[in-house]
Amino acid sequence: MPYLSTEETVKELKRALSNPNIQSDRLRYRNYIMRVIRSMTQGLDVSALFMDMVKASATVDIVQKKLVYLYMCTYASLKPDLALLAINTLRKDCADPNPMVRGLALRNMCNFRMPGMTEYIHQPILTGLKDKASYVRRVAVLGCAKMQSLQPNAEIDATIVNELYGLLRDPDPVVMVNCLRALEEILKHEGGVVINKPIAHHLLNRLKELDSWAQGEVLTFLLRYKPRGEDELFDMLSLLDGLLHSSHAPVMAATLRLFLQLAAPHPAVQADALEQARGPLLATCGSQSRELRFAGLCHVQQVLRSQPAQFGVHYKRFFCGYSEPAYIKFRKMEILVELVNDENVGLVLEELRGYCTDVSPELAQAAIAAIGRIGRTYSEKCLDILTGLLGLKQEHITSAVVQTFRDLVWLCPQSTATVCQAVEGCEESLQDSEGKQALLWLLGMHGGQISNAPYVLESHIDGLKTEMSSVVKLELLTAAVRLFLLRPAETQDMLGRLLHYCIEEESDMNVHDRALFCYRLLECGLEETRRVFQGPKSDPCMGVLTGCPQEPINSWASKFNTLWLLGASEVVPASSDTAASDQPAHSSQGDALAEAVDEQLSIPEEGQQSPDLSLGAPLSHEAFERHWLELCVTHREALGFQGPPSASESLQAALQLVKIQTLAFSRESTTPWKAYLYTHGSGTLILAELLQDESEAGNSSTGLVVSLKQLPENKMAIQEFVSVLRTVLQTLTKDGS
Amino acid sequence: MISQVFILTSKGDHLIFKDFRGEAGVDAINAFYESVTALSGDQPPVVMTHKDMHFIHVRQGGLYWVASTKTSASPFTIIEFLNRLTALTKDYCGTLCEKSVRANFALIYELLDEMVDYGYIQTTSTDILKNFIQTEAESSKPFSLFDLSNVGLFGADTQQSKVAPSAAATRPIMANRGEQGGKNEIFVDVIERLAMVIGSNGIIMKADIEGEIRVKCYLPNCSEMRIGLNEGLSIGKSQLRGYGSAVRVDECSFHQAVKLDEFDTYRIIKVCPSQGEQVIMQYQVCDDLPCPPPFRLFTSVERDSGNRLLLYLKLRCDLPPKSAAINVSISVPVPKGAISLSQELSSPDQRAELQPKNKAVLWEIPRFPGGSQLLALFKMEVPGLSSASLLEVGPVGMCFELPKHTCTGLQIRFLRLTPTQPGSSQRWVRYVTHSDSYTIRV
Repeated sequence: MPYLSTEETVKELKRALSNPNIQSDRLRYRNYIMRVIRSMTQGLDVSALFMDMVKASATVDIVQKKLVYLYMCTYASLKPDLALLAINTLRKDCADPNPMVRGLALRNMCNFRMPGMTEYIHQPILTGLKDKASYVRRVAVLGCAKMQSLQPNAEIDATIVNELYGLLRDPDPVVMVNCLRALEEILKHEGGVVINKPIAHHLLNRLKELDSWAQGEVLTFLLRYKPRGEDELFDMLSLLDGLLHSSHAPVMAATLRLFLQLAAPHPAVQADALEQARGPLLATCGSQSRELRFAGLCHVQQVLRSQPAQFGVHYKRFFCGYSEPAYIKFRKMEILVELVNDENVGLVLEELRGYCTDVSPELAQAAIAAIGRIGRTYSEKCLDILTGLLGLKQEHITSAVVQTFRDLVWLCPQSTATVCQAVEGCEESLQDSEGKQALLWLLGMHGGQISNAPYVLESHIDGLKTEMSSVVKLELLTAAVRLFLLRPAETQDMLGRLLHYCIEEESDMNVHDRALFCYRLLECGLEETRRVFQGPKSDPCMGVLTGCPQEPINSWASKFNTLWLLGASEVVPASSDTAASDQPAHSSQGDALAEAVDEQLSIPEEGQQSPDLSLGAPLSHEAFERHWLELCVTHREALGFQGPPSASESLQAALQLVKIQTLAFSRESTTPWKAYLYTHGSGTLILAELLQDESEAGNSSTGLVVSLKQLPENKMAIQEFVSVLRTVLQTLTKDGS
Repeated sequence: MISQVFILTSKGDHLIFKDFRGEAGVDAINAFYESVTALSGDQPPVVMTHKDMHFIHVRQGGLYWVASTKTSASPFTIIEFLNRLTALTKDYCGTLCEKSVRANFALIYELLDEMVDYGYIQTTSTDILKNFIQTEAESSKPFSLFDLSNVGLFGADTQQSKVAPSAAATRPIMANRGEQGGKNEIFVDVIERLAMVIGSNGIIMKADIEGEIRVKCYLPNCSEMRIGLNEGLSIGKSQLRGYGSAVRVDECSFHQAVKLDEFDTYRIIKVCPSQGEQVIMQYQVCDDLPCPPPFRLFTSVERDSGNRLLLYLKLRCDLPPKSAAINVSISVPVPKGAISLSQELSSPDQRAELQPKNKAVLWEIPRFPGGSQLLALFKMEVPGLSSASLLEVGPVGMCFELPKHTCTGLQIRFLRLTPTQPGSSQRWVRYVTHSDSYTIRV
């Protein structure tokens, strides 16, 4: 496509689409429509062509229809008024004798994401639910969910919910699964679709008919079902046994997750399921698709943390392939470290040794670190390999080896002698600051066993002017003081020079201060310095900590087969779901209180609801203000009362009784009169502003207006809140008059 | 559930963008592309998170195939879905590349529309989908030099008459609809991927084979196909059939549609293939190779006087004399800083070059007949060569293809179609072994 600006492209397309010559040539016309879609995909705004595209939708050519629908779904929300023009055609198509056309029209009509759409799609959806073609029913069922999402504040339509529960028995398996999905979305605020015993058994019985995608999803829904008693549990599990060996990875993973979660009280069953799924899990680790391989590896790693013995025999499957991408190689190395045991340690180390000279420095360093990890248990063999690597005299390898040495010495004191021998002479090939720090630490701590320690230190002190990293300088100061305590005669002179330089010439304040500190400490005497600087030389008990004990399976079973295991950072949990399900427990108490209050206030009969509001934790003015500014108004309603309530104090007291806290209000005679209220209810925080604005007296009928903001959103709570507020105000005005 | 699906080129051009749930705008693409390109290295991790969106992507055909979701969905499902999408795209468009996706974007939109509704996967079966797909695929141009390089893939040069040209299996399944010119063909491929590690003393450290039988069907109506495998095929470690030379696999699994009632006794699998490509059987063999490894390498590394490194390689191909390996490439890591390679190779069609970036010598052999052996001598100048540097001559990696050869020995005895296809139906059986990872330690 030539490089035209958006405007010119749109203009050109518009001209072409309205050209009667082109309109009469079916293929050319379609080609121009394709160009519109292509521009849309590339991110150009072609919404200006909406009118022309609506015209193009009246066609018998299904390909063209599909293209136009795609366009309309994208831009309907921008051009709601024009989109209404297309609805007639769509509704006509919904009655087409061809089920494909019916389904297509219904699906796209439901995809128009604009507010007023519900009234147009309601009837076609209801008809579609009873259509004889399963294709249309599938579309209609999901249409119910789309309709709900178009007007999230609306009341849930109980007839549709019932209809959907009924359609769970539909002969078409996709319709059944779509019903589950739709119900899950519609009933989101009530904890999702209910899986009771008959539904669970129905789902289990039909599992065989489903395709693998649906199987995976149904198995996830079944997680919610709590079997009554062990018999039912084991019946269920034995029914699902075969799916553990499914060649389709999503099904296998979903089944395994179900096993792990359902059998939470039976560790033996869990272990057996893991055992059975080992083959398929290993197969995904060798899958042709790299991404699938990666997903498999992440899950294997998690299993290993609980059952280290599980994959020990299969260690060769985790050897890195020659052409595998780095992210897979890193995972495989981590796995190799975790499954190492007495039998395979030799071969695993030999393999890791091969990676240490890899072209990629990151990979080589990771391999060296992996050998270091294994070295905590099998130190001798690892030290041999690491010492051998120093001979290569390559910067990145030496640096990684020295860092590994430092960690090893700290955790396994028995390796000190070997390390001290090995590090002699490796200082020339150290360039990066991490490596230098590690070496300096070793020199300071174990300088007594490294014969050339003072010389190495001296060369660092002489090169201090060219040293860029302040962290290295700090480490150097510490090391020099420590070495001075061990070998005072050789070190005294250079320590003096170092301190002098750092105090007099160093510009970095950290280093300067540390040098001053060392100097003053030395003035206090050797004993004092020794007490401060010479801590323990190693900490073998750390090894126990880092050698992490086996995690119980139940700690990660709920994370199995989710993106979390692949390193997706946790998104703020879907608060509405959890909050809604957590809520009933503590709201019952609120109910009782509110009812008691109702009696006191002698609220009229129609006010007899069970609002579950509570004062909860008090909210500071600052917090209120912050929330108020962050949130947008979810609900605004005119309450129909004229003028502010007579006495603000009595309002405050009355609201307090129904668990609504008044934060602030204006004095009685001021205009506009305002009051700010807040309350907790059904797991949400409701903030409210009452406003009486006399200045806009032109439409004085509005009277007292309440604006609500909420965190997180919950329709039910808002309605309850408004009705409570209304009854309180009613009572007050009655009293006042 | 899937929120959006999009396909991007490696440069970040949008090829396909479909928003199923309207949860996030087009900006999501840019957010994804920025986080992909911000990462170092060519291969970014599979799952990335931006704000509250998770992006899962696979790379195929040089393109990013991305799905985004707000829920913590099953990673296996989404990755498999994207893989299935690429497979379907390949079925319908013939090949998988930027060009074919660009040319067929309307078709891919149509596919996506039928496959996913409101973020939920509806169906991905080629058979069902083909009833709904109306757009015709635009195949790429008829001739290109690029295609020529593939001609030898299945050994076209040896048995001209019996071998299908390699391009035959890369055409869209629905081209020529309504015309009778479309050839009724069915391809049954046995594809094995070999992963081996051979120790420096020639002992096999690891040998795994992942194999699959893949059917690519262009027959419009085929009710049942019977595929006969080796009668002596045994499955699992315990089960043994016949004597000695039996073919054995450790584990195998089948496509859902496969009927196995004759498998136990006669090793016949029955399947009704749907149009397009599908894997009907997968199998694995671990740690026990029924044949000798296809290649042996004998190396000797010497340090000449001064800074010269001498590398003698003797590579032997242990395939049966009738078969041959093609596109063999051997990558030998050499010490860092090696310069000026001089080489002695035994025939002019081989090539070798020093790749300083990978610090390796790459030796390429276009064709390597079974039973033969090749010699090569590489001399390199390495400034500052020390005896420790010899350690850097690390594990040798090999890539190759073995046409008409399976390492397990799995064979297809016969292939019967019922009802018998009228006239021109052609059945092709092809075997190939790829190197997944073939490492020889020095």
